[in-house]
Amino acid sequence: MFTHSVARLGAFIRINITGVGHASRMFVAIVQRSGGLLKRPRLISDQIFFLGNYSFVIIAVSGLFVGFVLGLQGYYTLNRYGSEQALGLLVALSLTRELGPVVTALLFAGRAGTSLTAEIGLMKAGEQLTAMEMMAVDPIARVLAPRFWAGIITMPMLAAIFSAVGVIGGYLVGVPLIGVDSGAFWSQMQGGVDVLQDVGNGVIKSIVFGIAVTFIALYQGFESKATPEGVSLATTRTVVVSSLTVLALDFLLTAVMFST
Amino acid sequence: MKKNAMDFWVGLFVVAGFAALLFLALKAGNLSAFSFTKSYSVTAQFDNIGGLKPRAPVKSAGVVVGRVAAINFDDKTFQAKVTLNLEEGFHFPKDSSAKILTSGLLGEQYIGLEAGGDNQNLVQGSHITQTQSAIVLESLISQFLYSKAADAGKEKN
Repeated sequence: MFTHSVARLGAFIRINITGVGHASRMFVAIVQRSGGLLKRPRLISDQIFFLGNYSFVIIAVSGLFVGFVLGLQGYYTLNRYGSEQALGLLVALSLTRELGPVVTALLFAGRAGTSLTAEIGLMKAGEQLTAMEMMAVDPIARVLAPRFWAGIITMPMLAAIFSAVGVIGGYLVGVPLIGVDSGAFWSQMQGGVDVLQDVGNGVIKSIVFGIAVTFIALYQGFESKATPEGVSLATTRTVVVSSLTVLALDFLLTAVMFST
Repeated sequence: MKKNAMDFWVGLFVVAGFAALLFLALKAGNLSAFSFTKSYSVTAQFDNIGGLKPRAPVKSAGVVVGRVAAINFDDKTFQAKVTLNLEEGFHFPKDSSAKILTSGLLGEQYIGLEAGGDNQNLVQGSHITQTQSAIVLESLISQFLYSKAADAGKEKN
């Protein structure tokens, strides 16, 4: 009984480490085989349309409401210390540094990541990927690589849109609704938000999240079992794994970027 | 969907992304405060800089005339050596004095530059000799408490 559980633990660890190695090899393969995309940029722009334009509405609406809530909650706390003028700074810093990249990545995993996994999983289940290989078309270069790069390009755009719309949402609640002074709102924000330190690091974060979420979605789809259950399991796993990865990466990046 | 229409929407999305970044940089950030005008640097030594940080503004009569470039510690004099970048267009007499001030009660700290009366101006590499340190709240309170105690002692005698 005891030896049995030890053997199970060993097998569990082995399978997971093999999975990490397999994923790393696939990551390198995708990057290596993206050279052909330079000749066919339309493959990427088609995918930007599916990932970016279709996610635009959910990102913009979420950003607006997160901005509204930040405005209300921030005012409640700041008002106790008589510094409600700093509301603009609070809204802009929390959006550009944290909420913009992180919430966008979580929504992106739910909106675009799942569709990538399902699409590729169904391609696999329908043996389309095998058919491509039969015709000497490399599925990694033709199917995975354009989606990967489109995800990397799309994520920072969506995060920037989220933050910008959120700042406008915070302004709408703070200035016309609550009555914070408009000049102080913007000037405190401009005084406290550094372009490179805050906005720039937010962009770097969103690019890293874009790489992580897109790659996890592609990997789960490509490695899914070629059955309906397999595809549904892979889709669920995409959301769980990429959400946890985004949150863990966010902690690491924040510790590196803003620790001083 | 036609390819042209698709390209149009992708283009619109990319433009919206860059517009959002531009909005964050210009309206929410301080990109407009970045000055690309030429500047000259002068140094000043302070006993205590309090919470002064690099890129803090240097103001004269309330107008921003430059920024703090670097803060170092000088282990010969045991003072803080602050390098200021002043904009090329503004000239100050050689005996100007620098103070570390606080905007508002709890606001950020900046350097206030007060013009002197010398005929010669500060140039690249000059040294500001007259400085006044930041006011540290703890030492202010302890001074106040000591003087109170001293007054109380006098009344007893």
